[in-house]
Amino acid sequence: MTATVTTDSSTEKSDRVTSRGTGGARRRLPRIPDRIRQGGLPYLLLLPAVLLELLVHVIPMIIGIVMSFRELTQFYINNWGGAPWSGFDNYKIAVDVNAPIGEALLHSFFVTCVFTFFAVGLAWLFGVAAAIMLQENFRGRGFLRAIFLVPYALPVYAAVITWAFMFQRDNGLVNHVLHDQLGLTDQPSFWLIGDNSIYALIVVSVWKGWPFAFLIVMAGLQNIPRELYEASAIDGAGIWQQIRKITLPALRPVNQVLVLVLFLWTFNDFNTPYVLFGKAAPESADLISIHIYQSSFVTWNFGTGSAMSVLLLLFLLVVTAAYLLITSRGRKGADA
Amino acid sequence: MPSQAQSAALPGAPKSPARRRSPMAAPQSFLWTRRVILTFLAAFALLPVYVMISSSLKPLQDVSGKFHWIPSGLTVQPYFDIWETVPLARYFVNSLVVAGSATVLSVIIAVFSAYAVSRYKFRGKRVFTVTVLSTQMFPGILFLLPLFLIFVNIGNSTGIALYGSRGGLILTYLTFSLPFSIWMLIGYFDSIPKDLDEAALVDGCGPLGALFRVVVPAAVPGIVAVAVYAFMTAWGEVLFASVMTNDTTRTLAVGLQGYATQNDVYWNQVMAASLVVSVPIVAGFLLLQRYLVAGLTAGAVK
Repeated sequence: MTATVTTDSSTEKSDRVTSRGTGGARRRLPRIPDRIRQGGLPYLLLLPAVLLELLVHVIPMIIGIVMSFRELTQFYINNWGGAPWSGFDNYKIAVDVNAPIGEALLHSFFVTCVFTFFAVGLAWLFGVAAAIMLQENFRGRGFLRAIFLVPYALPVYAAVITWAFMFQRDNGLVNHVLHDQLGLTDQPSFWLIGDNSIYALIVVSVWKGWPFAFLIVMAGLQNIPRELYEASAIDGAGIWQQIRKITLPALRPVNQVLVLVLFLWTFNDFNTPYVLFGKAAPESADLISIHIYQSSFVTWNFGTGSAMSVLLLLFLLVVTAAYLLITSRGRKGADA
Repeated sequence: MPSQAQSAALPGAPKSPARRRSPMAAPQSFLWTRRVILTFLAAFALLPVYVMISSSLKPLQDVSGKFHWIPSGLTVQPYFDIWETVPLARYFVNSLVVAGSATVLSVIIAVFSAYAVSRYKFRGKRVFTVTVLSTQMFPGILFLLPLFLIFVNIGNSTGIALYGSRGGLILTYLTFSLPFSIWMLIGYFDSIPKDLDEAALVDGCGPLGALFRVVVPAAVPGIVAVAVYAFMTAWGEVLFASVMTNDTTRTLAVGLQGYATQNDVYWNQVMAASLVVSVPIVAGFLLLQRYLVAGLTAGAVK
């Protein structure tokens, strides 16, 4: 709970009224012990969630792991239980970097890492900058805030299709500006095939992702007590100093969660590359989720696809655990 | 005066009085940085929106040729053609049914379980929350293959067609909306003083009475935030929609690809259709965005 001294008398008063009212009621009657009062109720309340979690998460995950140990090709789709066991063969195929499948997977993993680094970094930077610049009130603030949220609200496929149109070689806006208007390129470039695709993908991903960062940071800014700014202003701190010394440090826990969430979403993103490039992404922008989709549904090799999924899951678990460990240690250090 | 201007800019925002930061005048360096950054970001955010709107009003030969900032001739014909080229209305209904049902289902279920986690101590609580939290980070592709196989097998053995049906798609959409909703609502319910519903219990409300008469009304911003999120992600989802649907159950996410034929892409129709499917959701979102910030503040950012 926040225990800051508030100068706003009206909220203080209403707080006191609520706490006094309920506190009095509680004192009059003895509290019933939790264990007797609740009985099986929490379990009953959880039942639908547990059933659905089992159905959509736990059971599929177990099946996914089992599938990764089977030789599951198109012949066994109608009866996957009958697919022969193959031990670790699928994993061996997936990680054998000297063979085409393993090599392609490693390349896709590498591409995804580079893509995620830039896409998350820029999205985070834009989001934080926008939120801090809109923290103070000024004319047009509400309007800008609405504009900034538009990319977040637009359905992915509608927005990404528009970007795909903008990146068209002959009739797109990007080449019109870069080539015709600014003369930066000798000839119109391809953006959706070949080596440039990764840039197109990063641009679209940042465009789609930064408003979410903006939203979260904006919410986080509301928790910074205003008194901090007032006190520092009295001490003579300018606005830049306030941002450096108050806003950014106060945002640290928010940023830690935000970066983790952005990382997970971006690393796993399927929608953006799929709408931008179609079923087969260009090699330079072959993200891991598209790669697994292709290995499974286009070549109909579900066993290898499942093994790849499990490897991806292990990787995400390790990264998340490491990240949580590092950030929680950092927070403890800051508190001490 | 300042406080008035403020409440005009932020009607209904939590703690709206005295949100202003510093009484000091900001220096020029800050004002210019702010102008540059905000102009760049606004242009970046709106560029595709401009392209979408302007191209949707262009005749086909205009969008097929070189890009022009200003349309050479204006036409609203694409807005009539979009319904003929592909069965857009049917996709629209499918998307509405699927996204709507997934939202309602996950919000109702999440309210019950978040209430249990937030208000009661019980065995297995930790296992439950950790499971919910961790499934949130798993990629959709991980669940796609097994769910696909489960649906196919259920269809083969019982005749219940989940694969290709709206019901099946609704179920798969719970993979992302349910964990997020539960997680957000636990945070939001925790921020509502327990005294409030304990008082209701003492006054003779049952636990469900306390939930529906006290906790749910107090948690409206959080619930709206969760519902908006769930609906938006379901409306924009592509992966499950492209694998789990057939001709009759196809959603907008897949249906919009129908404007590209082998030889031609009707870019003006694509843009018109994109705009048509975007307008309701963007409008709804902008109307509810204040709830979203309030919900995130209590539920996720604490």
